[in-house]
Amino acid sequence: MKKYTNQGSNDTRSGFGDGLTELGRTNPNVVALCADLIGSLKMQKFIDENPERFFQIGIAEANMIGIAAGLTIGGKIPFTGTFANFSTGRVYDQIRQSIAYSGKNVKICASHAGVTLGEDGATHQILEDIGMMKMLPGMTVINPCDYNQTKAATIAIADFNGPVYLRFGRPKVPNFTTHETGFEVGKGILLNPGTDVTIIATGHLVWEALKAGEELEREGIYAEVINIHTIKPLDEDIILKSIEKTGCLVSAEEHNYLGGMGESIAGLLALKNPCPIEFVATQDTFGESGTPAQLMSKYGLDKKAIMSKVASVLKRKLLLNT
Amino acid sequence: MSDIKILNNICTQVRRDILRMVHKVNSGHPGGSLGCVEFFVSLYFSVMKIEIPFSMNGKNEDVFFLSNGHISPVFYSVLARKGYFPLEELNTFRLINSRLQGHPTTHEGLPGIRIASGSLGQGLSVAIGSALTKKLNNDPKTVFVLLGDGELQEGQNWEAFMYASGKGVDNIIATIDLNGKQIDGSTNEVLPMGDIAQKLKAFGWEVLAVKEGNNIEKIIEALKLAKDKLGQKKPIAILLHSEMGNGVDFMMHTHAWHGKAPNDEQLKDALAQNKETLGDY
Repeated sequence: MKKYTNQGSNDTRSGFGDGLTELGRTNPNVVALCADLIGSLKMQKFIDENPERFFQIGIAEANMIGIAAGLTIGGKIPFTGTFANFSTGRVYDQIRQSIAYSGKNVKICASHAGVTLGEDGATHQILEDIGMMKMLPGMTVINPCDYNQTKAATIAIADFNGPVYLRFGRPKVPNFTTHETGFEVGKGILLNPGTDVTIIATGHLVWEALKAGEELEREGIYAEVINIHTIKPLDEDIILKSIEKTGCLVSAEEHNYLGGMGESIAGLLALKNPCPIEFVATQDTFGESGTPAQLMSKYGLDKKAIMSKVASVLKRKLLLNT
Repeated sequence: MSDIKILNNICTQVRRDILRMVHKVNSGHPGGSLGCVEFFVSLYFSVMKIEIPFSMNGKNEDVFFLSNGHISPVFYSVLARKGYFPLEELNTFRLINSRLQGHPTTHEGLPGIRIASGSLGQGLSVAIGSALTKKLNNDPKTVFVLLGDGELQEGQNWEAFMYASGKGVDNIIATIDLNGKQIDGSTNEVLPMGDIAQKLKAFGWEVLAVKEGNNIEKIIEALKLAKDKLGQKKPIAILLHSEMGNGVDFMMHTHAWHGKAPNDEQLKDALAQNKETLGDY
């Protein structure tokens, strides 16, 4: 089993900010827009270095999405920045008509996704965004897991032609992927091979999945841990190949189970190779105020919750085989 | 023949195209389309400097966005008459497998269309984005956009009005089709919007008006005046006082033809009022 170490906790939004800064230096077509959340989105350095390529829109997200769509006409690659809630639900129709249906090369960059936004509470904690975005024809949906991966994803999507929803978060979380881990849009990453159960995680839950895998190994259970950062299009091959070996699967994400990554995987398995699956996800609920750690624990989004779902899915697999 | 006479002949033919298109599929929006014929013909056949064949990026050419996408018949007819795509394609309006969708879209690759519209209130923001890209590209050409007046009830427009003036976007001319009508009745019956000119001025826009919104000379004059006023840190709005259903007597002075097609007899009557000038498609 490969051991992943935390190189120093950092927030994924800083990965976005640093990726954007690098793009500012390397890609003259990249422009950025923000709806009054520069500090939260870590966009200041890009702005300092490229003031003419930054557009402060004010608290007017619908207008931001429309302007971003228009900026593509003439060859710019706009990156919009606001919270995930205001990046999706608030502007769904603008994204649908002016970006997705119009096929515009806009990168919708969404911070503070999920319950780990913390104390601000449910008005700001969106748990439905992946579902909304993956439903849009032609939309690519990416939810990176740590600082390094978010930075790599930010840089990668500038060269990826088409609308992208990039989802990341607020809290400092372990930073454990490396250059060696690699990042390619649409390609899952096999973090640890195993034979008994497949754990597929995205976003902040990937570190929890790795920790669960380590503990399971001590119990003699060999979990295959896969990171799916690109939820749409889904890397079907890596999932189907894994369950050929393990015969059961647990998905883990900081999102409602309805509309989430787990639902996409369940759909794939139902069609291609039915096997027991359990979801680590929120259960059709809103969040609430609290610290990120408290909320991850209360809403069943941590190592403990993954271990518990692994136990359930292994039981179901056993019943199936007897 | 004078230039104006030539342009008016195109208008008559475009009116015939609109009527025949909506009649054939018994759906679509003839009222607003007919009201904006002179505006579209002025733009595409006189004022805008455009390139054919079409390029999505529209670099170093004037570009136009239609925000109130339901008046697609006039847009399609003018694009076809200008040579963006074959005239015969007007036959496919609203039919299955057509590039001429009920509302305009880039999705089927119809030349001349740069954004999907139909869900109202989004076109001005898109036009502003396009204007910002022109500035970044040192492209001196102009961005034109048309909005309906009923459409101003959508809040996003006011975000966009505020942005364009606040940030000095001065390479954009937004025309508002002030026909005073929407699906459910007059704009005053549905939702009184007060003095739109004063509102736009208060939002920091330079506001021009065309009182005779179906008079080609007056429209061209206003568009040229608007162009002269560009580059002064202020966006320009033109209030186009148009008549919905213009050119067909029984379709004028009512909102009834906003989204209703004429029957066979009505078509015959309407076409008799607009004799073929350039040849039907």
